Amino acid sequence: MEKILSRRFGQENSHRLENYLKDSGYEGARKALTQMTPAAVIDEVKKANLRGLGGAGFPTGMKWSFINPANPKPRYLVINGDEGEPGTFKDKYIFEQDPHAFLEGVIITCFAIGSHKAYVYIRGEYLKSIARLQNAINEAYQNGFLGKGILGTAFDLEVVVHQGAGAYICGEETALLESLEGKKGFPRLKPPFPAVIGLFGCPTVINNVETVACVGPIIYKGAEWFAKLGCEKNGGNRLFCISGHVNKPGVYELPNGTTLREMIYEHAGGILNGRALKAVIPGGISAPILTPDQIDVKMDFDSLKAIGSMAGSGGVIVMDDSTDMVWAAMIAARFFAHESCGQCSPCREGSGWVYRNVKRIFDGEGRPHDLLNLPGIINNIGGNTICAFGDAITMSVGSYVTKFRSEFESKIKRPNPI
Amino acid sequence: MIEANLKSELDKIVARYEHKRAALLPVLHAVQEQRGFISSATEQEVADFLEIPIVSVHEVVSFYHLFHQEPKGKCHFSVCQTTACALRGSEKIIEHIKNRLGIKVGETTSDGKFSLSVVECLGACEIAPIMQLNKDYRGCLTIEQIDQLIAQNK
Repeated sequence: MEKILSRRFGQENSHRLENYLKDSGYEGARKALTQMTPAAVIDEVKKANLRGLGGAGFPTGMKWSFINPANPKPRYLVINGDEGEPGTFKDKYIFEQDPHAFLEGVIITCFAIGSHKAYVYIRGEYLKSIARLQNAINEAYQNGFLGKGILGTAFDLEVVVHQGAGAYICGEETALLESLEGKKGFPRLKPPFPAVIGLFGCPTVINNVETVACVGPIIYKGAEWFAKLGCEKNGGNRLFCISGHVNKPGVYELPNGTTLREMIYEHAGGILNGRALKAVIPGGISAPILTPDQIDVKMDFDSLKAIGSMAGSGGVIVMDDSTDMVWAAMIAARFFAHESCGQCSPCREGSGWVYRNVKRIFDGEGRPHDLLNLPGIINNIGGNTICAFGDAITMSVGSYVTKFRSEFESKIKRPNPI
Repeated sequence: MIEANLKSELDKIVARYEHKRAALLPVLHAVQEQRGFISSATEQEVADFLEIPIVSVHEVVSFYHLFHQEPKGKCHFSVCQTTACALRGSEKIIEHIKNRLGIKVGETTSDGKFSLSVVECLGACEIAPIMQLNKDYRGCLTIEQIDQLIAQNK
């Protein structure tokens, strides 16, 4: 299988410009800036069927085309490198091992949307990523890949790295914009969408790190080549992060459409200690959990959606048959309760309520009415909040309760109070 | 008063942004790097420097968990408690640190040497269970490793 995103991972000094240039580095940017129009670049990315790899899977070329060329305000590209979705650690590898491939994508994306300033928002704990990217940016400025008159053209671009400060919600794109403006990360009500009113009130495109890292190869080698690598409506490969009870946890670059079974048993080396699989989260903690009978699903956005889960951020968390699913649900619920930003009442109050309820059941203090109430509480969060965080609680914690209900029931030992 | 050397660093940060206020997070990081935590007095200085109300600084300091409102120990354990780490035994690691240091989560030892925090996913699930020790990630944690770290930093 041909690797695109991870081909330089593990090579000595893969993060240095000289090594990137030896491997046809910045040739995609050269082609875009010297031989193509912005509209042609957008068209190529549309044809490649590149979809947003932060989790939503929105067609990237279409997102770019929402920027109105007639709007006279400055435009921004904002890169979402907050990578907080539990089970996800791929963007860290791109920043640390191949920052120039990412920067090349940033240049082409900015050229396509007519932006002259890009902000890269990186989660606050990723200090090595921040240092590596800043170093790559400095190298790029010194060698004419950033700054004024890039590659001898009239195109200018400035790139700024912005360090986050440890709030999961800032991975939500409008919360990220608020955070970038120096505020607490409260998601914005949409519409208006960021393409119309985004950073500093200006038209803004927000893309994930991995999405942008795909852009250079698409332009250099062509949309047709990229589209063929993946499956229908979901081109290319993807960096899947596999963790939990597997023998070889790590980042694996695989074509979109690879089955979950192949990922767990062939690439990640099967279940730890030869045990059996009990459950697996296919796309970060927000994705509804799957049972062993569902692992022949193809890991692309549409196939996972069809079975009621989601491809999300590509974070696969595997649980073996020794896992107590009420405990696992409690950990997910605790995560959401901890990370709810507190803006919308259903989520602020509901996330804590769900956690306390599941914890009570796990602790053996649960009563029948706790389990009776749980679906009602969970289902009244999703759809009633400004951002998708509320939906994530409903989908994620809800899936444990639905699929492993008997485990919840077996922990209810006390009667209802009279 | 913000010291002269810190102020010149903060001026450089502000210059990267279209609006002064947008520099708040990086400015707070830089100030905390130097002072170890962000007191109310520091919040006021940052507010004056960026020409914004102190409440705009305080709400940010209290919203983001990487900003500390009180001093942390020289050795700050931030152990991940989310799913991938929990599956690989982070609960035992957290319990062990609590017992060894005689502190609860969120506390600092009385000699100011150690602090314990539990955090949500640090984005390094491939080396679970993990923690952040001051600035570095430490993965595949074991009880023995924790004992060693505590002994080294005592």
